[in-house]
Amino acid sequence: MAKRIGTRTILLEKPPKIIGYGSAVGHLEHEGPLGKEFDFYSNDCRFGEKSFEKAESRLQKTALEHAFRRAGVTPAEVDAVFAGDLLNQCIGSSFGLRELGIPFVGLYGACSTMTLALTMAALTIESGAAETTAAVTSSHFCSAERQYRFPLEYGCVRPQTAQHTVTGSGALILGSSDADKPKITAITVGEIKDFGVKDANNMGAAMAPGAADTLLHYFEDTGTAPDDYDVIYTGDLGAVGTELLYQLLDKDGVDLRCKHSDCGLIIYDRDRQDVHSGGSGCGCSASVLASFVLHRFESGDFHNILFLSTGALLSPTSTLQGESIPTVAHLIRICTD
Amino acid sequence: MKMTAKTYGELVSKVSPPSPKIKDFIGAFLIGGLICVSGQLLQDFYTALSLSDKAVRMAVPSTLVFLSALLTGLNLYQKIAKHAGAGTLVPITGFANAMVSPAIEFKNEGQVLGVGAKMFGIAGPVLVFGISASVIYGIILCLIRLF
Repeated sequence: MAKRIGTRTILLEKPPKIIGYGSAVGHLEHEGPLGKEFDFYSNDCRFGEKSFEKAESRLQKTALEHAFRRAGVTPAEVDAVFAGDLLNQCIGSSFGLRELGIPFVGLYGACSTMTLALTMAALTIESGAAETTAAVTSSHFCSAERQYRFPLEYGCVRPQTAQHTVTGSGALILGSSDADKPKITAITVGEIKDFGVKDANNMGAAMAPGAADTLLHYFEDTGTAPDDYDVIYTGDLGAVGTELLYQLLDKDGVDLRCKHSDCGLIIYDRDRQDVHSGGSGCGCSASVLASFVLHRFESGDFHNILFLSTGALLSPTSTLQGESIPTVAHLIRICTD
Repeated sequence: MKMTAKTYGELVSKVSPPSPKIKDFIGAFLIGGLICVSGQLLQDFYTALSLSDKAVRMAVPSTLVFLSALLTGLNLYQKIAKHAGAGTLVPITGFANAMVSPAIEFKNEGQVLGVGAKMFGIAGPVLVFGISASVIYGIILCLIRLF
């Protein structure tokens, strides 16, 4: 059974292994520094579909198919899939996975959805309710823009603090395996943190307190420090959010600088690509985890990491009504034996 | 966490990079100015074709709106706008862009509730407040003329 330590960290006694993973991205992500890491990309931003929403569903299905292939499982062998995206009513997931015939749990945690899905997928296995589970999330620049901001062709200037929604999806299959595969050994579910940031074009600033709070709780609960890990990944804080996270943690005497990396900062080359403060979206952390990060485990570069997806829980309605942005970050620890 | 929300707010303003104002001003001056110059050139052109004053006043904005809509459709307008600050936003070309871009974007949602309804999503408020302002201006002018 899972064991709770400290105030909110959960240790898994039979840690589920990551037996397969897959990723699919758009052309901007393919042209970025991690381009060669992804399983699939297309220069067509509609991925052969009629709408951007359908394109996002296609991304999710493609990522999951690559994960099935790597894990050597068929959809029928998967007991549950935990999925989410940024679109209203989670249609990216439900339309993408409707033909797979897997028991489906739709989740919403904004950009934090990947670690939320992995939390649920891991705990379901730990509880004995499933043997094999899947977690998949996606985001698409074009579908997110039209829902949250302006039409793509509208001529407006984006502020320097704005981030670029990643067109991408990442999927992980959890289960048991005799092989030496990375496993999820600890989970910290974050609380909602709202430090009063109202600017929807400065999501990194809104999310940094959520990430800092979850990290501090994890370190306190486990009695560990950043130096105990190979790398500590955050999902999509971008340049502004990353700097703010460092300064927030400085106050508590935790220096993250040497151990930290942000998926939103490594997926693009900010000098060469027009993405302002970096990448964002729940496809950002998912596609980086399901490619670059897990490849490093395979090559033996990584043995022990912390991975936090960070989410801004706003909606276009709450922004128009002048509300501040509540945020959340969920953490998982991935390690090998 | 030791930092309070208030201190954090101050830190956010310190860390967040501001918009490049000088660059935006120059871009707006050059590109916005160029749009206005092209309006003047069009006016000279139509006048040279011996169109009446009234016809010229209709033909110039119609041409600018057409060109803006065309550039929007070719996905070029927003690429120019990126370097133009508010220079492409303020002239009538910006209004055309605000109408055409949602029309393109929302055609998947159908002609009526997609294109028809969403076309006014950005431009609608401009119409509402533009027309309201002109009504108020008219009333004030009427009152002044009474005395």
